[in-house]
Amino acid sequence: MVMWFKRKHDQILSILLVFPSALAILVFVYGFIVLTTYVSFSNWNKLVPDYSFIGAANYLRVFQNPRFLITLRNLGVFTGLFVGGSLILGFLLAVLLDRRIKAEGLFRTIYLYPLALSFIVTGVVWRWLLNPGSPQMGSAGINLLLEKMGLGFLKTGWYTDPRIGIIAVAVAAVWQMSGYVMAMYLAGLRGIPEELREAARVDGASEFQIYRFVVLPLLRPITFGALIVLGHISLKIYDLVVAMTGPGPGYSCDVPAYFMWELTFRANRFGQGAVIACILLIGVSLLILPYLRYSLRREAKI
Amino acid sequence: MKIRLFRSFLYIILVIFAIYYLLPLYVLVTTSFKSFEEVNVYAMWSPPKKLSFEAFRRALFSKWGYQGLANNFKNSIIMVIPATIFSSFLGSINGYIFTHWTFPGANIIFILMLFGMFIPYQSILIPLVQVLRFLGLFGTISGLVITHVIYGIPITTLIFRNYYSTIPKELMEAAKIDGASFVGVYRRIILPLSLPGFAVVLIWQFTSIWNDFLFGATIALDPAIQPVTVALNNLAGSYFVEWNVQIAGALLVAMPTLAVYLVLGKYFMRGLLAGALKG
Repeated sequence: MVMWFKRKHDQILSILLVFPSALAILVFVYGFIVLTTYVSFSNWNKLVPDYSFIGAANYLRVFQNPRFLITLRNLGVFTGLFVGGSLILGFLLAVLLDRRIKAEGLFRTIYLYPLALSFIVTGVVWRWLLNPGSPQMGSAGINLLLEKMGLGFLKTGWYTDPRIGIIAVAVAAVWQMSGYVMAMYLAGLRGIPEELREAARVDGASEFQIYRFVVLPLLRPITFGALIVLGHISLKIYDLVVAMTGPGPGYSCDVPAYFMWELTFRANRFGQGAVIACILLIGVSLLILPYLRYSLRREAKI
Repeated sequence: MKIRLFRSFLYIILVIFAIYYLLPLYVLVTTSFKSFEEVNVYAMWSPPKKLSFEAFRRALFSKWGYQGLANNFKNSIIMVIPATIFSSFLGSINGYIFTHWTFPGANIIFILMLFGMFIPYQSILIPLVQVLRFLGLFGTISGLVITHVIYGIPITTLIFRNYYSTIPKELMEAAKIDGASFVGVYRRIILPLSLPGFAVVLIWQFTSIWNDFLFGATIALDPAIQPVTVALNNLAGSYFVEWNVQIAGALLVAMPTLAVYLVLGKYFMRGLLAGALKG
């Protein structure tokens, strides 16, 4: 009886202790999402809140806005380059480092340190690195370096050239996040028993074939995980654009998250800003929900 | 012979990549130590001829045209310490309950919490501003602390839950049979075993809160209370501020998290892979 009472007491205590966190998440995540969704259907497009319902008018206005369509295109280009670039570079570095390298720890530290930095710091540095210089004064930054290495033909206007724009931002983003992918793959590679590769070698497989047919398939869960992580970072990319370029010439560096903030807190078009917020949320959910289900299932099996 | 050649080739590639990753750091450090006379973007790659601390001094204390960063450093510290401690502690309690004191529906609550760490914060920003205004917390450091604590709960809970699930169930059951209560088990078993877990979570939270920009820029409009990332962005966006001062500011902002990474890299890595999910 005493035991039972104590158990009950402890169970109630545990529920009470989770309650504040659960309530906070319920209100600040789910409640706020519902409110934002409501605002996206409201007439609140000036400083003072106006919650009258106006249907899908904000959605129509946002999708008819050429700047929004440019940000969507930019986001597509950015995601492709950033996710693809980080995956390829990260995998390459992991494979190279997995070959019993002396000073592996040092190389790892160097490849990974950008991850400790704020996107604002990265943005400030890369804005100067990709500053193309001027025709009168000559090249600056990376352009100058390329010139000195005899690779002058690779010089471009970077983010000042509307044809490049967001690609320059992707260069900085890959620099920052590729180490992360490397760390994930390296952990994965260390989990593959050497005997497996040895067996393939005995069967006469070349090193390339071993990676293609043995290692990569085994690393598929990691590739999948990295894809999701990078994908959702990419959808949310904001700070880096703010610090590095702003919207750029002809909005060539602009992204939805940046446009959302400007529309909402600069132009006071809260309803239209909420539309972009909802679109971003839907994009992230489409990416994350299947992944959460997949990881929780995997966990349940173990 | 062939293998030797192959291996030197391997090292050359690794070094080339290392240079690529270090280039921005090189520019950060060399430019910060250049004096105003030496600053010239067309000579970006030459090292400083003589060391000057002028850029650091001006970034931190200069008041003309922009506010010195020193005050914003203070703001960031006042913000990051309580926010990191509270969110880590909440995560520890939640993680403990979700592993060892589950109740009906606990798993669903956990999954619903987890989703909170992926959402684009743009989707909660408008109501957040309204609610903070209503509570009189808009434009205050306390408002920022509360925001960071709440949106930190999902990741800290996840890391602690994963960490506590490695503590054997038998240990817990034995203690419970011995009559240890909820609090007793936490104090005598979980907490003493939690130190590495706390190291991972504290470092993770410190880094993400220090590096945050979106909440700071949205909630702290007054330069006097802005966190240092927001102030750095203002400083770097100003046409009046010399290049070396901007870069010195960036280096200063990067220092705390870089130091944590270099000294406690092991725990940093673990947080990275444990929370493999968070961006």
